[in-house]
Amino acid sequence: MAQLTHRASALHKSIPAVLFAARGLATASTSPITVETSLPFTGHKIDPPSRSVETSSQELLTFFRDMALMRRMEIAADSLYKAKLIRGFCHLYDGQEAVCVGMEAAINKKDCIITAYRDHCIFLGRGGTLLEAFAELMGRKSGCSKGKGGSMHFYKKEGGFYGGHGIVGAQVPLGCGLAFAQKYSKDESVTFAMYGDGAANQGQLFEALNMAALWDLPAILVCENNHYGMGTAEWRAAKSPAYYKRGDYVPGLKVDGMDVLAVKQACKFAKEHALKNGPIILEMDTYRYHGHSMSDPGSTYRTRDEISGVRQERDPIERVRKLILTHDIATEKELKDTEKEVRKEVDEAIAQAKESPMPDPSELFTNVYVKGLGTEVKLFHYIHLFLSRLLTTIVLEFLL
Amino acid sequence: MAATILHGVGATTALSSINYNNSRRSLPERKRTSLVIQCDGSLSSGLNISNNRGAKLSTNAVAQTKQENVTASTTSKPGLRHELLLFEALREGLEEEMERDPHVCVMGEDVGHYGGSYKVTKGLADKYGDLRVLDTPIAENSFTGMGIGAAMTGLRPIVEGMNMGFLLLAFNQISNNCGMLHYTSGGQFKIPIVIRGPGGVGRQLGAEHSQRLESYFQSIPGIQMVACSTPYNAKGLMKAAIRSDNPVILFEHVLLYNLKERIPDEEYVLSLEEAEMVRPGKHVTVLTYSRMRYHVMQAAKTLVNKGYDPEVIDIRSLKPFDLHTIGNSVKKTHHVLIVEECMRTGGIGASLTASINEHFHDYLDAPIVCLSSQDVPTPYAGALEEWTVVQPAQIVAAVEQLCQ
Repeated sequence: MAQLTHRASALHKSIPAVLFAARGLATASTSPITVETSLPFTGHKIDPPSRSVETSSQELLTFFRDMALMRRMEIAADSLYKAKLIRGFCHLYDGQEAVCVGMEAAINKKDCIITAYRDHCIFLGRGGTLLEAFAELMGRKSGCSKGKGGSMHFYKKEGGFYGGHGIVGAQVPLGCGLAFAQKYSKDESVTFAMYGDGAANQGQLFEALNMAALWDLPAILVCENNHYGMGTAEWRAAKSPAYYKRGDYVPGLKVDGMDVLAVKQACKFAKEHALKNGPIILEMDTYRYHGHSMSDPGSTYRTRDEISGVRQERDPIERVRKLILTHDIATEKELKDTEKEVRKEVDEAIAQAKESPMPDPSELFTNVYVKGLGTEVKLFHYIHLFLSRLLTTIVLEFLL
Repeated sequence: MAATILHGVGATTALSSINYNNSRRSLPERKRTSLVIQCDGSLSSGLNISNNRGAKLSTNAVAQTKQENVTASTTSKPGLRHELLLFEALREGLEEEMERDPHVCVMGEDVGHYGGSYKVTKGLADKYGDLRVLDTPIAENSFTGMGIGAAMTGLRPIVEGMNMGFLLLAFNQISNNCGMLHYTSGGQFKIPIVIRGPGGVGRQLGAEHSQRLESYFQSIPGIQMVACSTPYNAKGLMKAAIRSDNPVILFEHVLLYNLKERIPDEEYVLSLEEAEMVRPGKHVTVLTYSRMRYHVMQAAKTLVNKGYDPEVIDIRSLKPFDLHTIGNSVKKTHHVLIVEECMRTGGIGASLTASINEHFHDYLDAPIVCLSSQDVPTPYAGALEEWTVVQPAQIVAAVEQLCQ
């Protein structure tokens, strides 16, 4: 979590320091503040944690900044997509920021996170940079997957982020495998395997739950319930939309996913549980403002009133802003300045990403196999053919 | 076609009592010698570079892998040997690798306490514990996914499909995650997983238990596929597959587990990308793998009696093909017969035909002939089942026709 803000400081050294210094928070900023979550937790076969969450001014300011950065990144991605700089599928996370930010506050980089295709913000939370994200979205060489993955395939090995997966539900058994490896290596760390309300109906989820429970794997299954599986509302796809109860013999917790402190509390609770007792399900009640992806307007299956209603009543960033203002941690102007600064950071990253070169044609054939093994050499034969054909095409176009 | 089938039927009564042990008694010696010859390093002789860019590069590929990976048993010292069955050879290779590297683990149905439905993992759970030799529920999709996830973190799991056919349920995991994660993550994650299990047409096991999944998996980018056929290459390929940082699918055959052979006591690892010269010859190149190797060798006996000199190569590496060994053979014999167990449509033979045509067209004196199984679900009735796969009599007839 600190990494996000730390990276920001690397780019704009003066402003965060000024923000803290102006309030003289150097000593007071980490002193605990207790806040009540917006709603109580609901437990399934487990006693839910307390509604009182311990936080600090510094943490709240970090939450605000990080979520504002993520929000800004997603909105900028929207524009880039419409400008045809981002192609293919682009699934945006705005509205759901509290889930990944709250989660990061409760865990460390040894814990693993794996998710589906709505992964831009989670990537950032795990230590990914804006440049890596935008460059990958625009298919450039300096993208986190060298431009070869795209929006649905962000990964950050050092940050314990295992992607970034396009096929709904397939990441959950992978997450089970991550937890298995953690148990095997006696790591004392946990895996958060994230999926949506649509994926909750996949059979492989139940298979994975069964195995995780059978072997007490430190797996936490996190259902980001934004109530729509693309165009299908949850009540039209699920006989029982109480996803936190789906585990049956596996305990579950229903959490207000728009409240970053509730998410933090739940994830902390879940981590402790998973290390001792095996799997647990967390259902994050959240919402996405955008459609399923940039190809979906998001308004044919829900009303605009619903969307604006959620934005007014439950927006995660606004909630933290109110908290900061009520607790007198910063002024409105300071928060606005943070937002401006974040916007500048995003714009600069985009500008840099736009300058970043496209991948080399030879990159088509790299990373198919692990480097150095005999099979990779065979591919060079096709590179020769491919490049010579490419050159011929270019030459002909030039001549004609 | 009908004539060939009927001819095959006539011949099958004699063939139904095939004794696999007898038919390959002479093979072990030959195999060892050929491996050493290839280790020699003098591989570039006779290659016409301008016509065969691919062949030249594959030479380097094979040479590279040999120098790095292969610890072949040399002929210089005879070495001690011990006799075992193919499933024991697989187990020996597996156990040696588990002993050597604590990251190696096994998962699959009934691999632990039961010892494996074909006894490949017998005794391992007692030795290494329930976590390292993991009995999974019947959930191929998710336990294959679990193995892949574990491999992403650095573990080296061996996932067993009790029958390869069951892995169709895990196709998504194998194709998208196993094969592609190394690429889509820009090289961040590697998947050193081995997926293995028995497949092929057995003895009246029925359509769903007689499948040849190598034809379905062959297009997946990022994976390697090998097929073992003898205790010697089974152990060597198992070890190589485990040590490889790429995902490898190791195809075993239901009918070959009880083959007996004497294999070296000394440790050895074979190359995943190399084909095996089973019988050098000069009239025709016969390319085969897995169980069909034995039908080919049975036919070879008949052919030798009739005055033919077939060169038999067990291709072993189904993806990628060892075009170096195959190419050298084609240049020598100018005739190619492929004998496979896959179905006619879209099988390994179909791809191999295309590949040889592409690379070695100039060296062929006749079109490539590919004998495959019929494009039908494998029937239960014994005689019908025999007609679905290629029988030695058909192989003999094909060679006679090819070499006219």
